[in-house]
Amino acid sequence: MIRLLLILFYILIPFKSFALIEVDITRGNLNPLPIAVSPLSIDENSKKNFEKILKKKNIGEEISIIVENNLKTSGLFNPLNKDAFLQAPDIANLKPRFEDWNLIKAQALITGKVSFVEEKLRVEFRLWDVLAGKEMIALAFTTVPNNWRRVGHIITDKVYQRLTGEKGYFDTRIIYVAEEGPKTKRIKKLAIMDQDGANNKFLTLGNELVLTPRFNPSSQMVTYLSYFRNLPRVYLLDIETGMQEVVGDFPGMTFAPRFSPDGKKIIMSFAKDGNSDIYTMDLENRIVEKITNHPSIDTSPSYSPDGKFICFNSDRSGYQQIYVMKSNGSNVKRISFGKGLYGTPVWSPRGDLIAFTKLHKGKFYIGVMRTDGSGERLLTENFYQEAPSWSPNGRVLIFYRETKTDEKGEGFSAKLWSIDLTGYNERMVDTPTDASDPSWSSLLSN
Amino acid sequence: MKKLRIRNIDQGAIMKLNKILKNTFLVIVACLALSACATSKKSTGQMQGDVYTGTDTVEYLASGVPDRVFFATNESVLTTASRETLRKQAAWLRKNSDITIVLEGHADERGTREYNLALGERRANAAKDYLMTYGISSDRISVLSYGKERPVDSGSNPLAWSKNRRSVTVKAN
Repeated sequence: MIRLLLILFYILIPFKSFALIEVDITRGNLNPLPIAVSPLSIDENSKKNFEKILKKKNIGEEISIIVENNLKTSGLFNPLNKDAFLQAPDIANLKPRFEDWNLIKAQALITGKVSFVEEKLRVEFRLWDVLAGKEMIALAFTTVPNNWRRVGHIITDKVYQRLTGEKGYFDTRIIYVAEEGPKTKRIKKLAIMDQDGANNKFLTLGNELVLTPRFNPSSQMVTYLSYFRNLPRVYLLDIETGMQEVVGDFPGMTFAPRFSPDGKKIIMSFAKDGNSDIYTMDLENRIVEKITNHPSIDTSPSYSPDGKFICFNSDRSGYQQIYVMKSNGSNVKRISFGKGLYGTPVWSPRGDLIAFTKLHKGKFYIGVMRTDGSGERLLTENFYQEAPSWSPNGRVLIFYRETKTDEKGEGFSAKLWSIDLTGYNERMVDTPTDASDPSWSSLLSN
Repeated sequence: MKKLRIRNIDQGAIMKLNKILKNTFLVIVACLALSACATSKKSTGQMQGDVYTGTDTVEYLASGVPDRVFFATNESVLTTASRETLRKQAAWLRKNSDITIVLEGHADERGTREYNLALGERRANAAKDYLMTYGISSDRISVLSYGKERPVDSGSNPLAWSKNRRSVTVKAN
């Protein structure tokens, strides 16, 4: 894990006033808010120092580009073209000439300043409501220069939170499976990257098949399935130290792992004699508990954020459907009743929805339903897609999609995609190789 | 017969490689499968219902002993043809009592990854149970599910999917 070397202090947080702009994220946003991201100003001396350390000509500009990209990909904001900006960054940060920003139709404005202070990177930034002519946020923080990308993400998180009223999801990472090679002998590696695709890093070499990595919601630990020595087992990986260990001592395949919300347990399936049931293992005392006991396939378990319930996938009705039970395995209730097959239920971090994959008439859908199964809403349809994972604020889903091959069996690819909970803003997430099984981390800083 | 013998020797060689490098084996199987497809093309009558009945991808454990059985979508029920294949495998295993095997269960790509892992395990166990009823001891059999991770045919069509829904008996020693 990147050490949290961020010292955050607030210059001033204005109280929420009524007249200021707000972005409504509860509906598909067809009119993204026009926002001007003025490059963070920087003095010549700091510029030179950062260029030496980070090999970036103008770190202020680079950070503002990260903010701009984040805002744009959220689908809620429309960052305006910098060529149209009339006011110089340093002056704008002191006191914006709101008429100028109004002229280019900006409703919100971000300004700021970067400086090199005692070998550290100091950033201050302000968010302005252009129409009201008021400051909405003013924040400053100091960190090691190498954290400069995270600075951009943290600024975005603060802006997003101020304008939407909900926490952001930009200072986060995504762990996934990087794929290469032909479809019949795919090489798969664990990989991790920042939410915007930067800092991609491979965590395994590809010597054995790896699948379904998932973050611990409260730390930078990961659980995943590895075919090490041809024994498919659930493993635990500490991203910081690279230490790995097998989870439990099961006489057969363990798979479909996830953490409990407090990060203290792993919930997974164990398959034996043609029957898969759900088990938990406490990571502290190593106690294993059998949660389901049914001759059908029970898999893909996911806890509710309060830890009281588990949703899972079972074919006890004859076909794959979604069920909810209490976390001790009692009160099993089927919740999916629509046409088709349902799989990969994942409980939203907000607690109110369950995301799933649905197969109906040869098409795959990513959708959401309430935790009692009502209000089913399909967000996207494709030839093949599955395995949604929630952004930590429960507003965006990331999943993977595979292409149909041609008559010769060629043209296969797998890519990560994200979509807003509203069903808008569907976009491909760039990865250096093909990719699948994404899992979104929680916010690295709060 | 002679031709078949030669093929068996090749098979033995491949199996030895298999011990060293599992992946290499899969490459070879894939190549065989692809070349087989190229020559025979899509002939009709290779499926009954949606169970594969062709021989394009089938390897032989010994002369006349096919190495794999096929399944219907989402099913792990053994067909009549599958049971016949497994009886041949059981007879061969009884004759060669030192041989141990791995049953590798697979699913097609039209299902979610985790469910398919469970389904592959269920299919391989269906084969295992049948072999056991024909006198093969369970300690000679291990089971390994690959879910949808190791298709034999990379096609995105019903015929390719039918070839991929399979349980393959692989010599382990």
